[in-house]
Amino acid sequence: MGQYILKRLLGLVPVLLGITLAVFLLLRFIPGDPAIVLAGERATPDQIAALREQLGLNKPLLFQYFAFLGNLLKLNFGNSLISGIPVIDEIRTRWTATFELAIAAMLIAITIGIPAGVMAAVRKNRWLDQVLMAGSLLGVSIPVYWLGLLLVYLFAVTLNWLPPSGRIGIESGLNFQPITGFYVLDSLLRLNLPVFSDVVSHLVLPALTLSTIPFAIVARITRSAMLDVLNQDYIRTAKAKGVPDRLVIFRHALKNALLPINTTIGLQFGTLLGGAILTETIFSWSGIGSWIYDGILARDYPVVQGGVVFIAVVFVVINLLVDLSYAWVDPRIQYR
Amino acid sequence: MELQPQAIQRFRKSLSGKIGLGLTIALVLLALLAPLLRPYNLAADQSYVTRLIAPSAAHPFGTDGLGRDLLTLVWYGIRTSLLISLVSVGFGTGIGLVLGLMAGYFRGWLDTIVGWLTDILLAFPSILLAIVIVTVTSPSLQSVIIAVGIVQIPIYIRLTRSVVLSLREQEFVQAAKALGATPFWIIWRHILPASLSPLVVQATLSIGTATLEAAGLGFLGLGAQPPTPELGTMLADAFKGGYALSAPWTTIFPGLVITLIVLAFNLLGDGLRDGLDPRS
Repeated sequence: MGQYILKRLLGLVPVLLGITLAVFLLLRFIPGDPAIVLAGERATPDQIAALREQLGLNKPLLFQYFAFLGNLLKLNFGNSLISGIPVIDEIRTRWTATFELAIAAMLIAITIGIPAGVMAAVRKNRWLDQVLMAGSLLGVSIPVYWLGLLLVYLFAVTLNWLPPSGRIGIESGLNFQPITGFYVLDSLLRLNLPVFSDVVSHLVLPALTLSTIPFAIVARITRSAMLDVLNQDYIRTAKAKGVPDRLVIFRHALKNALLPINTTIGLQFGTLLGGAILTETIFSWSGIGSWIYDGILARDYPVVQGGVVFIAVVFVVINLLVDLSYAWVDPRIQYR
Repeated sequence: MELQPQAIQRFRKSLSGKIGLGLTIALVLLALLAPLLRPYNLAADQSYVTRLIAPSAAHPFGTDGLGRDLLTLVWYGIRTSLLISLVSVGFGTGIGLVLGLMAGYFRGWLDTIVGWLTDILLAFPSILLAIVIVTVTSPSLQSVIIAVGIVQIPIYIRLTRSVVLSLREQEFVQAAKALGATPFWIIWRHILPASLSPLVVQATLSIGTATLEAAGLGFLGLGAQPPTPELGTMLADAFKGGYALSAPWTTIFPGLVITLIVLAFNLLGDGLRDGLDPRS
């Protein structure tokens, strides 16, 4: 197992090099002189020349790439062109917002998706199955940005039940000191119930919006994994022995169906981080996604570069962890 | 691809396949016939007098923030959407197919390099990769097509490669090799036809994803630029113009049509899978 982990970690190196190379080259493809683009429209020729020297743009491309890589390893992503704040500092304050949103969305997807998939499998080809599967098909077909707008229109504007955007209300925000950056957790740690309910109410709509695709996929995978298991001999034996249906489904079948479901959940979590760009933009959620979006609109390349590298690296690491946990959970898998 | 009577029969038994096929044909016809049924000059039609009118007999879908008839915009938006998703999926499938065939058949260093490229492309969440590509190439209809297409490539490389790997050791391929057939001939005559079924199913499902991604880029302001009518851009205009909530029809109709397009291809893909690939 230790050897397997080491091998997988080593396999990560070329992929990470590729990611950084891709981002590096893509930003070199921007039409025009990167120094002029990076220095902004109002820069003087002296500033541009200084920046070109600083970025090493007069050196060979390969040299530039290694310099870029060296800076990344030192966690030096450069500064935002607009605010001047180091990109790494922005990532440090914002990643918790994105993760909080993604975790909440995943929890919703799991708590609805797994029971839906189990019920669909147990009632295969009956109307309940068809309704649930139609629902999951709709879940992967609805554009999240549109669903977000509809939910805001319904629950925030028309019914006035929930706030339309942001992470925390103005009043709560003024007298609240975050600890970890995960606001729901922080409000609990501070035993501050009003802030807790405020933060949760802000989280509901964006999390619901972001959860539709993982919900649909979890429900589908649960259904097919359950159907595979329910057809096996030991299930028939259990039924023949007179084990109650509920027990057969949850103890005998679901437990064994959980393996592929787990993998799907892990892989979907990585995808959620990318999907968060759209959801965060609609709900003005101050995470990595809306920040990259603002960076794109403002042509703030260090922000786009840092944000994209961050998400890609997190995505790759999560997928690796999923693979490793898969090998750990299922002893039948050989570590080759 | 074996288009046997059984495959057609299985497809006809699939309810989702039939609904999907019907919807797809209807959407394609609507897109093709738009200039005949609703001739319109989109660049010329702007009027602040008719701004944000609620749906009525004259404007069944209402008007947008520039006073344009939303039914017409959405109608022409279907054309843009279908154009982007069909061309980009064709582009992604084509490149992925060729790379996957070569990697799977020849193995060796070619397989290693293609595998590395696939891993890198898959390391970016798809919408993020598309965003970066469009940002760099500056937003236009062409760059959206290229971005959405590139995002599809790794899926097809993996799919084709896995099919080729399972086929290349089979007896009919070995027999062709023993008879002295060239690699090109073997791939063209024996391997390609057998790998088409899963590709067709995946490509149909990809059209749905491509539609969502293209409209998502439009929503972020990175889609086809005006005056080309684009469904995601319409949502963005309503959102950024601040009338998405006060004039809900400006968001409801474009979003509904995006959902319908995606749903049509997802249903059709499900039906094709029932027909062509009954084991899965």
